[in-house]
Amino acid sequence: MTTARVRAHRRLQAFRVVVLTVLGLFFLVPLGSMAAYSVRVPAGGRTLDFWRQLGQDPDLRGAIVTSLELSLLTVVLMLVLLVPTMVWVRLRVPGMSRIVEFLCLLPLTIPAIVLVVGLKGVYAWVTYFLGDSSLTLTFAYVVLVLPYAYRSIDAGLASIDVVTLSEAARGLGAGWFTVITRIIVPNIGAALLSAAFISVALVLGEFTLASLLSYTNLQVVINLLGKSDSQTSVAASLASLVFAFVLLILLSLVGRRRGARRTAPALDLMAPPVAKEG
Amino acid sequence: MSRGVRRLVPVLGLVPFLGYLTIFLLIPTVSVVVGAFVEKDRASLSNIRALGDEVVLRTLWRSIELSAESAIIGAVLGALLAYAVVTGRPDGTLRRSVTSACGVLAQFGGVTLAFAFIATLGFSGVVTEAGRDVLGVDLFGSGWLFGLKGLTLVYTYFQIPLMVIVFLPSLDGMRSQWREAAESLGASTWQFWRYVAGPLLLPAFLGSTLLLFANAFAAYATAAALVSQGSPILPLLIRNALTSEIVLGQSHLAFALALDMIVVVVVVMTMYALLLRRTSRWLR
Amino acid sequence: MIATSTGAREGLEVRLEDLRRRFGTVTALDGLSLTLAPGELVALLGPSGCGKTTALRIVAGLDEPDSGRVVVGDRDVTDVSANKRDMGMVFQAYSLFPHMTAQQNVEFGLKLRGHDSTRRRARAGEVLDLVGLSSQKDKYAGQMSGGQQQRVALARALAIEPSVLLLDEPLSALDAKVRAQLRDEIRRVQLEVGTTTLFVTHDQEEALAIADRVGVMSQGRLEQLDAPEALYSRPGSAFVASFVGLMNRVPCEVQGGRATLLGTSVTTLDGSVHGGRGVALVRPEQVQVAAGGDDATVVHISFLGSFSRVTARLVEGTELIVQTPSATVQDLRIGDRVGLSLLADDLLVSATTD
Repeated sequence: MTTARVRAHRRLQAFRVVVLTVLGLFFLVPLGSMAAYSVRVPAGGRTLDFWRQLGQDPDLRGAIVTSLELSLLTVVLMLVLLVPTMVWVRLRVPGMSRIVEFLCLLPLTIPAIVLVVGLKGVYAWVTYFLGDSSLTLTFAYVVLVLPYAYRSIDAGLASIDVVTLSEAARGLGAGWFTVITRIIVPNIGAALLSAAFISVALVLGEFTLASLLSYTNLQVVINLLGKSDSQTSVAASLASLVFAFVLLILLSLVGRRRGARRTAPALDLMAPPVAKEG
Repeated sequence: MSRGVRRLVPVLGLVPFLGYLTIFLLIPTVSVVVGAFVEKDRASLSNIRALGDEVVLRTLWRSIELSAESAIIGAVLGALLAYAVVTGRPDGTLRRSVTSACGVLAQFGGVTLAFAFIATLGFSGVVTEAGRDVLGVDLFGSGWLFGLKGLTLVYTYFQIPLMVIVFLPSLDGMRSQWREAAESLGASTWQFWRYVAGPLLLPAFLGSTLLLFANAFAAYATAAALVSQGSPILPLLIRNALTSEIVLGQSHLAFALALDMIVVVVVVMTMYALLLRRTSRWLR
Repeated sequence: MIATSTGAREGLEVRLEDLRRRFGTVTALDGLSLTLAPGELVALLGPSGCGKTTALRIVAGLDEPDSGRVVVGDRDVTDVSANKRDMGMVFQAYSLFPHMTAQQNVEFGLKLRGHDSTRRRARAGEVLDLVGLSSQKDKYAGQMSGGQQQRVALARALAIEPSVLLLDEPLSALDAKVRAQLRDEIRRVQLEVGTTTLFVTHDQEEALAIADRVGVMSQGRLEQLDAPEALYSRPGSAFVASFVGLMNRVPCEVQGGRATLLGTSVTTLDGSVHGGRGVALVRPEQVQVAAGGDDATVVHISFLGSFSRVTARLVEGTELIVQTPSATVQDLRIGDRVGLSLLADDLLVSATTD
């Protein structure tokens, strides 16, 4: 019996197959092309020379190290700044929570290219006090990752009863420092991990601030390399991309394991994600 | 300690955080706004006036055009993709893998994305060469990839996944009862979309499109890596103004241009918030 | 049934003929046949998964049977799509279009039928009046209580003067007090408009209170279709007996169409076992409790207002619930020995394995 309902169902299935295939190709072809491009030899055949180059080119190696260091520093500074503040707001000054949220989400609406214009002046002072190491980019990167980290940690804190937990701990004689490090942090481990992952992914892909504040990081070097050795630069792009993919997929796994109660950060409707590095 | 002082103590716990954001977020933002009204160390409207310059206006227009095009294409295709996903099983592998992939791809941009398309459709890109060898078609043309058309295409790559992420919850909020109620009241499929699903989803769709617009408008890195000559869009004009000392006879033009961007983004995001407020009331 | 000013017409007969429906390996409907008389309200009652909702959705055209027919009046609608069936449906909850006011919701079906706005407004006014919601007509679903929303949904379904009214657990999302109130309201409105109605529910009290006849379903089949009183007092099977109302299961001896229990001999109803050991199905109010006897021990007493429920344990261990006016148990204490006597003349006796 091919009834109207069956026909409608078939039409829908056909529509789904077409959409998923066409868009699937649109997303996979550039990735496949990168892979093919990075192993191609002009005369024909394949080579892994350009991939080997990744570990050998001193500029690239230096940049990889710099970007990894920046990721680490950014994560540490972000956690040190954000976790105690957010816990403190929940425990002692809940009246300030709207302001803190607003400040944390503000970078979403300020394009990086705008921020960089204003940061130029600030970085003149940073250089004056701390020298001109690329690692000073950490300060700006913490601001960039703030909205994403905030939402992860906020979801984590929302899933536990911070007030009761800390009152119980303080009733047993714990100080504020102990409460935060020994009670709260272990309970929001997954949230901190996801905040850290997304921060690392963002820092590894960051180009705007580094390039316009005249510092060097991975993306700046890849971009430079593109002008002289495009195949190595594509290999490096693909490598950094795969690394970020793995991190973000791990992130979505961590998010899922925590259950349906907490929305994965990227799925928040009211404060949407904006690909800053677009 | 008096009671007033004691009540202030907890707020002191926020000082490091607030201090940090003041230096690295508020001061830069405020200095952009203030800097737009300064030229040669004194208050001046000359930078603001320069925004009316034909070059700036044309660049702004192109930016808006690029953002609108990539937002509309991304919104339509992303909505179709979201619909294809949402009509599958809610706990299926397809849905999970598409949403995960979209979460990743929406963050994918910048230098790597630009290079991905150069490796695909650049002069010696894999697809370009395949087109040349197999079909005898010149896909590269006169280098459209490095112009506005190319930027639109490349931006679409992160716009579609972003659309899926922000639009999926609205589609999820559509209840099967609405469709069935409409059907039993006599509505055809077309009438259901015309009178029920359409009006219900439209605000969310428009809101998401605005968000995509802001996303494209703010994007810099992809364009910077793809376009090395000229400044076809506003972010690249800011790059130009930052790296050269004087543009259009102004030394503080970058500030005014940045202010220009802030104004556009704030207007767009405000409209977005207003639209979302409307749907969130319906789709609870 | 009487046609009223609210635009009712003579109800139509609705026949479900040997409906079968499988979902993968699950059989939802296993040959369901059911005829609703014109203007009648039939409730389909059963546990979740018994196929009652599938039956309703097939009548609505929202699902299709693998075989079997649905006939309304003398029109076979089996292959007619849902939007051309002219049926009014009320869903469990959340079926109002959230971007329309109550009035716009009610007018929707009329708009699709091309009625002009004056006529739509007049008709919407009538049915909103009928469900007592005229004052709320400009509210959105989000601004109304669950009970009000369901009234609007009912008005919306009635506005199109449907040939059949289908109610899919319309009260299950409401709290108890509103539920009882709206239940009576639905019945009043249904009697007023005279539309043949199929009402699906898992709540036996609801089904008994509202329906002309109740069909008890189990595993895709109709176990029994009968008037509420008959269903309660003369259940056709152990399943029906235990699903409708509270039921005691008392072991007994059957011989020659009579069963003996609690020292009394009663006639066995059709469908009982013919001989040997069986389990008699006894309603709590079919037993009388008296202080000072020697049949059972009081285990528990629940005071429920005008009456009380006494749980008594028989000598051989069976526990029995007895419902009795509270005045008669004032002096009973837990542990007291009591006498039990049977007030019924006939009982259903099922096999012990049931």
